[in-house]
Amino acid sequence: MSHLKKLPMIMVAFLFLSSVCAYPQDHGDAFVSGSISDARTLMPLLASDSASADACGMIFNGLVKFDKDLNLTGDLAQSWEIKDDGLAIVFHLKKDVRWHDGAPFTADDVAFTYSKLIDPDLRTPYSGDFERVRSFEILDEHTVKITYKEPFAPGLASWGMAIIPKHLLAKKDLNLSELSRNPVGTGPYKLKKWSSQEEIELSVNRAYFEKKPFISRYIYRIIPDESTIFLEMQIQGVDSSALTPLQYKRQTDTSFFKTHYHKFNLPGMGYTYLGYNLANPKFKDKRIRQALNYAVNKDELIKMVLLGYGKVADGPFAPQSWAHTSEVKPASFNREIAKELLKQCGWKDTNNDGWLDKEGQIFEFTILTNQGNEERVKTAEIIQKRLKDIGIRVKIKVVEWNVFLTEFIGKRNFETVLLGWSLPREPDNYDIWHSSKTKEGEFNFIGYKNEEVDRLLTEARKTFDQEKRKHCYNKIQELLYEDQPYMFLYVPDSLSAVNKRFRGIQPAPAGIGYNFIDWWVPKPEQKYRMLEN
Amino acid sequence: MLTYIFRRLLAMIPLVLGISLMSFAIIHLAPGRPSNVDQSLNPKISLETRMRLEKLYGLDKPIHLQYLNWLKMMARFEFGKSFSDNRPVSEKIMERIPITLTINIISMIFILIIAIPIGIKSALNPGSLFDKSMAIAVFIGFCLPGFWIALLLMNLFCIQLGWLPLSGIKSLDFEYLSFWQKAIDLSRHLVLPIFVSSIAGLAGISRYMRSSMIEALSQPFICTARAKGLPESTVVYKHALRNAILPIVTILGLSIPGLLGGSVIFESVFAIPGLGRLFYEAVMSRDYPLIMAEVVLTAGLTMLGNLIADISYAYADPRIRFRKQ
Amino acid sequence: MKNKTLAAGLLIIAILSMMAIFAPLISPTDPSLMDQNNLLAPPSYTHLLGTDSMGRDLASRMIYGARISLSIGVIAMGIATIIGLILGSAAGFYGGVIDTLIMRFTDIMLCFPTFFLILTVAATLESSIFNIMAIIGLTGWMGQARLIRGEILSLKEREFIQASRAIGCSDFRIIFRHLIPNAIGPVLVNATLGIAGAILLESGLSFLGLGVQPPTPSWGNILIESKSTLGVAWWITIFPGLAILITILGFNFISEGLKKRYA
Repeated sequence: MSHLKKLPMIMVAFLFLSSVCAYPQDHGDAFVSGSISDARTLMPLLASDSASADACGMIFNGLVKFDKDLNLTGDLAQSWEIKDDGLAIVFHLKKDVRWHDGAPFTADDVAFTYSKLIDPDLRTPYSGDFERVRSFEILDEHTVKITYKEPFAPGLASWGMAIIPKHLLAKKDLNLSELSRNPVGTGPYKLKKWSSQEEIELSVNRAYFEKKPFISRYIYRIIPDESTIFLEMQIQGVDSSALTPLQYKRQTDTSFFKTHYHKFNLPGMGYTYLGYNLANPKFKDKRIRQALNYAVNKDELIKMVLLGYGKVADGPFAPQSWAHTSEVKPASFNREIAKELLKQCGWKDTNNDGWLDKEGQIFEFTILTNQGNEERVKTAEIIQKRLKDIGIRVKIKVVEWNVFLTEFIGKRNFETVLLGWSLPREPDNYDIWHSSKTKEGEFNFIGYKNEEVDRLLTEARKTFDQEKRKHCYNKIQELLYEDQPYMFLYVPDSLSAVNKRFRGIQPAPAGIGYNFIDWWVPKPEQKYRMLEN
Repeated sequence: MLTYIFRRLLAMIPLVLGISLMSFAIIHLAPGRPSNVDQSLNPKISLETRMRLEKLYGLDKPIHLQYLNWLKMMARFEFGKSFSDNRPVSEKIMERIPITLTINIISMIFILIIAIPIGIKSALNPGSLFDKSMAIAVFIGFCLPGFWIALLLMNLFCIQLGWLPLSGIKSLDFEYLSFWQKAIDLSRHLVLPIFVSSIAGLAGISRYMRSSMIEALSQPFICTARAKGLPESTVVYKHALRNAILPIVTILGLSIPGLLGGSVIFESVFAIPGLGRLFYEAVMSRDYPLIMAEVVLTAGLTMLGNLIADISYAYADPRIRFRKQ
Repeated sequence: MKNKTLAAGLLIIAILSMMAIFAPLISPTDPSLMDQNNLLAPPSYTHLLGTDSMGRDLASRMIYGARISLSIGVIAMGIATIIGLILGSAAGFYGGVIDTLIMRFTDIMLCFPTFFLILTVAATLESSIFNIMAIIGLTGWMGQARLIRGEILSLKEREFIQASRAIGCSDFRIIFRHLIPNAIGPVLVNATLGIAGAILLESGLSFLGLGVQPPTPSWGNILIESKSTLGVAWWITIFPGLAILITILGFNFISEGLKKRYA
């Protein structure tokens, strides 16, 4: 061949090589995370515990998901339209998506998933939102139309529910455990190995429709004790872990930690509260609840329990949610106002014994909380002290979780309860605040009834217009803070640490895990090298 | 002899039944119901499923019917399915047996290898420096709270020195290791748990061995043996030891049920997927089928252990053996 | 006193008991007082043994913890011993059907997975100190019962018992005034060991989060924090653990000493 003809080939080769070498992100390595409990099932419709839900999140996709700014965006759906005055949602599904076994993903799979969600024989806790659907139509291979009985805005987010493959599961009983242990999804990772109680190993899905993730493996190590997980971090046995406030502040201040780990302090998506049993005459008067709110110093709680890593809660919404408004100001810490309000309701210290009394009875009540949560117990203790300062006697009762749920919450057998909500990203909280949700097993276990809140909750669900919804939720926040059915305490920050070798982490309102498929480790720093790509 | 064993085995059955009945009553009367919900409530995960679950598991039927159903299952040697993940109970127990058994057996061997010689040597030289220092060491070992020593050792060997891995039973890249590397990896993971769980046993058995040996050595027949002119080692090892070993055998027999028991505390601290932890979690989540299976297992094994201890004692002691006939 | 072990044991336990009884007087501060500026602080002049993660003085918590541990140990074993004495002496004294029944029951209880029972009770019923004492006591009497039965069986035929029968003493009187006081040796030895065991059991339960609940201090529940502060706050791990160790040593010394005395 003459030199002239070789030149273009050399140039092409050079361009090709340079593009490959200039491509900065390396494939390989594994991400090891510690989990306190083993997953129970990898059948997403049955996953009610966080370990199962986390793993399913890597293996499956829903039609929609939340992006880094907590806005809904398409996952398996390319786009969607709201039709028929808000009664129907039409999803246009992505083409060229394949299941882990190579079969194509189609509208049939979505229809199948829906049919299972409303199947009374399947033990799924997620059926609630899907029972509001009137009809499900497959318009074509990649389009589905879901018509609701009434316009239902939260329905859109509910389609973040994982979609399961019809061609593999159609004739099977999903309650069976074998299927739970051999999941096939569309997600960025597939199940490689599940050693019960030891680890769950996920390997990369090279054909993932978004892009092939860089990290070759996602491994959950099951370490049943949080303190041991933390210790494992100190010897780099796990690559990331949530941190308690104390760990974040003190125990990660060592040079070892600073060299090997990044710490992240992100706003939290849940809040802790003291719920009043509104059927109890002691708490019926709004002024009493407001008085108690003034008597407890939330800043002190955050400083003592969370070591400063948190915000005062000002209502039932997470601060970074679009439904939240900063117009509602939390009450100040003011013992005088508290005492005055209590006096108005007839509570005074008539016999100078240090306790408020009325008609011969001392003002006392019990705070009930669950075992195994140090934060809540500490919070209860501090509240106890503050209320003692204004003459209210508080007893603390700590009960084991199962008993707590069934004997105390289920049977409304409590005076006040110290609990937390872990909030979903869709702000609709009808199930917690609507006066109809007070049956046993439902979430309005304090018995709250406010007609205007009821009306606003229903209205906010009926429209897809985010501005209108926000308007309703802002009003709800105002009313709830005024009414004080809960003493809204604090929103703990989400504290975590991740090994520094992982690049590509970008903190955003959604946290840091949302772009895991973009994380990568430079080849020289890769720790688990025996893994093939 | 055989009829004796047979009779004992028969007698075990009503005992196990009685224990299962009591346990069944206790766990069903205890407050709280099976639940799989996490501690931070998420309003999207409804609690109503619990009601559906109750029907599915037959928990809405009266207690005696539930017990009878369970008995019927047991008669077919079926243990039912675990409430938490619907897997057969027997499968869940079987997958944890190897690790618990391994740790316990190695621990027992370790104890015997170390404690018996210590006991014998102390008995041969009572009051010596060895005896006194062993006595002190053993005494302290006996009184050490196991979980505390586990924490201290973990801190020293895993964190400060970094010689041993912290938790779990194998490394992440286990499957890629050669056979020898695998063996070493397992050993490194199990060293601390085995050591910590052996401490109390070491102390107990060496003390027992010592006192038992001293008593055996003070028997008249030892005097006779020495008078016969037998070498000292024969006197000690053939005659005295044989008699002294009997209580140890009894203890071994009684420890057999313990072989399938794990300590919850060690297993959570060291993250070992063993039977102790399985049981603990079953109790916490009211996983009735699993709890009942473990109760029956433990009770059965305990009785088996007693039986073996009695038999071996009878066998080893010719007086009892011959008297039976 | 020639019996040095017994003396050492009694000394240790006496000191601990004094600590427990006079806790309010000796304790530097209120054990639930939270010093906001000194969270997880090492031992210093103001906090002799350091503070825990809530800023509570460890020394005070240890002193009050002695109260809890000792009282649980003693009362739990007391309950166990009383039950054991009653059942064991009835079995040994009356023999026959009563003996068989009681011994069968004891066998059942021995084969019963008592730890599961303790777990269930500790987890599901209110974790009050009384419940813990009761459950440890109710599951730990079997050893005492067997011991006492054995002793009574051998003492029963002795002359002084035959004499008291001859002069017409009631069964009750024979058992309680004559048999038990003479049989008490091994029972006491076992009881002191049992107290140590009960204290260890309570610490273990509290460590698991099932026993004594905060803010009530117990050596076991102080140790819960040691798990997460291992490399960072040695005082949280060392002091409560040492306290448990010394207490158990003390009771074991007493037990050894008593063995020598009654041997």
